[in-house]
Amino acid sequence: MRELLQHIINGVSQGAIYSLIALGYTMVYGVLKLINFAHGDVFMIGSMVGWYASARWTSEAQNPSIIGALGITALAMATCGLLGFVIERLAYRPLRKAPKINSLITAIGVSFFLEYGGQWLFGPNPRFFRVLPPHPAMTVAGLSIGYVDVVTIATSLLLMIVLQRIVFHSRMGTAMRAVSWNPDVAALMGINIDLVISFTFVLGSVLAGAAGILYASKYPSVHPLMGLMPGLKAFVAAVLGGIGNVPGAMLGGLLLGLAEQLVAGYGSSSWRDAVAFAILILILLVKPSGLLGRTTAEKV
Amino acid sequence: MRRISATLLLCSTLALFACKKEHGSGMADPNAKGPIVIGEVGSMTGTEATFGTSSDRGIQLAISEINAAGGIKGRQIQIIALDDEGKPEEAATAATRLIASEHVIALLGEVASTRSLFMAPKAQDAKVPMISPSSTNEKVTLKGDYIFRACFIDPFQGYVMAKFATSNLKLKKVGILRDVRNDYSVGLARVFTDEFTKMGGEIVASESYSQGDVDFKAQLTNLKGAAPDAIFVPGYYTDVGLIARQARETGLTVPILGTDGWDSEKLYEIGGAALDGAYFSNHYSVDDPSPRIQEYVAKFKKAYGGQVPDSLSAQAYDAMGMLADAMKRAKDLTGPSIRDALAALKDFHGVTGDITMDANRNPVKPAVVLKIAPGGKYVFAAKIMPQGMADATTVPGAPVGDTGKTAPATGTTSGGSAQTAPDAATPPKK
Repeated sequence: MRELLQHIINGVSQGAIYSLIALGYTMVYGVLKLINFAHGDVFMIGSMVGWYASARWTSEAQNPSIIGALGITALAMATCGLLGFVIERLAYRPLRKAPKINSLITAIGVSFFLEYGGQWLFGPNPRFFRVLPPHPAMTVAGLSIGYVDVVTIATSLLLMIVLQRIVFHSRMGTAMRAVSWNPDVAALMGINIDLVISFTFVLGSVLAGAAGILYASKYPSVHPLMGLMPGLKAFVAAVLGGIGNVPGAMLGGLLLGLAEQLVAGYGSSSWRDAVAFAILILILLVKPSGLLGRTTAEKV
Repeated sequence: MRRISATLLLCSTLALFACKKEHGSGMADPNAKGPIVIGEVGSMTGTEATFGTSSDRGIQLAISEINAAGGIKGRQIQIIALDDEGKPEEAATAATRLIASEHVIALLGEVASTRSLFMAPKAQDAKVPMISPSSTNEKVTLKGDYIFRACFIDPFQGYVMAKFATSNLKLKKVGILRDVRNDYSVGLARVFTDEFTKMGGEIVASESYSQGDVDFKAQLTNLKGAAPDAIFVPGYYTDVGLIARQARETGLTVPILGTDGWDSEKLYEIGGAALDGAYFSNHYSVDDPSPRIQEYVAKFKKAYGGQVPDSLSAQAYDAMGMLADAMKRAKDLTGPSIRDALAALKDFHGVTGDITMDANRNPVKPAVVLKIAPGGKYVFAAKIMPQGMADATTVPGAPVGDTGKTAPATGTTSGGSAQTAPDAATPPKK
């Protein structure tokens, strides 16, 4: 029983990071109907910027502090936001009127560009840095809760609440939802579509930047291909929750994290990745709209 | 036109045959005067980058000494090193390229057993002798009679850690976390299990992970549930560093035991204080007062700006030394002659001990166990002799190496002091 609870805590902590990345996928899909496969690599850039900020440009990594951690997180979020803006402006906007498949292939191209450009620029060796000051694990009723896990879960929750406020209780959020519903009508209503789409990309990328720093503080090994697996897992999480649906992405991420931990705990860790993708296949077969997604007839 | 192409075809076929013949003899022309070309394959980049770069430094150091002393048979040695990025397929490709286009007469590499296993068939088929400096999986040299190594093998390393756990640490229950995608790790976990059980211990849990995983919490939670006295993690340093950190986060506070795959200055950078008090078996200790080791450490530091040599560099240095020794004794510089000379290697005075090849082309030599002290310093904890040799861990002061099978490194402390003080944590400090 104690082990089960421990697996659940570990799963929630891992799932929280998947949720943060999945939010970026789901928002872009919701607004543009585009699966931005480069999203996982934006996440990698977030970690990489964190490494530079804490281990190369300053000596923060030797002696981490809370202020420093907040600083590098802000920097990573800002850099990723800018990167998201640039990617949308240069790679996706020119193709917006082109068939969907063109944008999809471009997304894969951007992803490879960031991965292998990263290998060329940063080198393929993993780097390590400490984000948070060392702190012993807390023990509650025999359960051990890592300090990093608490910070991860709390930060993810906070960011998701902020996101929920933006999407459902701000003018920009209303505009995003309007564009998602019907871009042409939204444009007729005087909404600046380009601005809304740029904003969506920036918002998603900012979350990926935060996730990059949280991920690096949990698993401190940063390298140019690190975004690949978490990116794919987050995509599965977004589909599981219902792609295009913000609460769905959070739910999907948590469920995926839990499923992985329970499989590794009670089955074998070799099945961990297999389970994530089995979930993807299963959900596409059984309920393609995802757990919280609306079933909509595709307009032809 | 047709005739021209037929002639061309004939020519190229002949050329191919000529090439083939060259490879068969391992070298183009035994009377050549140019440098002797040797190939090296290593992981210069990737998650095991320090394995490749350390080995390369050891080899370069050895070559510069050999060349400064006049080379071999009057010829200088030239090394061509290729990076395999830590990927087995790349290691095989690199080996093929070195043999086919660079016409190397011998190969040095790889560190990782999995990658050496990919390279070995290429070397064997071309009859090019290959020495792996640090692959400890026993299957490596069983790939063929042209494959050698400069290190001890896993059955011995597993025995060393089992012996250390039972005799020195007095442990009864151990949990295992092994990398299922790595021949080295799987082999070590199996041998450790056998030996530890034979010595009266119990394996209370056995968990697995895959190389490159970043999350080990689930496995560690299960290990914690089995309440072991220690956990044995025969993996590579990047994974081990992350495992150690997450073990402490999971509340698993028992000592962690490991093997030579831990040996990297990156290990402590990743794992930090979570690794304090961990033990791992290794090929040599820089704290070892043996003059041969201290001389090597001094030379290495001088050549590489004060960097302390890890055991991978020392073994690569020895591998190159063994190869040079064999080439000197060989009647000519062809693959088969060098192979015969390597197989006959006896009492080669290496940095990591005196090396004699056994029937399976494996050296027989002692191992050391190191303890990780706060701050990341590796301190000498014990020296453990191969089975069948004078067992210095149980017979204090026994004259080491009197079986005649292998003479252990001369001066590596007398047998008495080598076999661990009662508290293994108080080693000779540097």
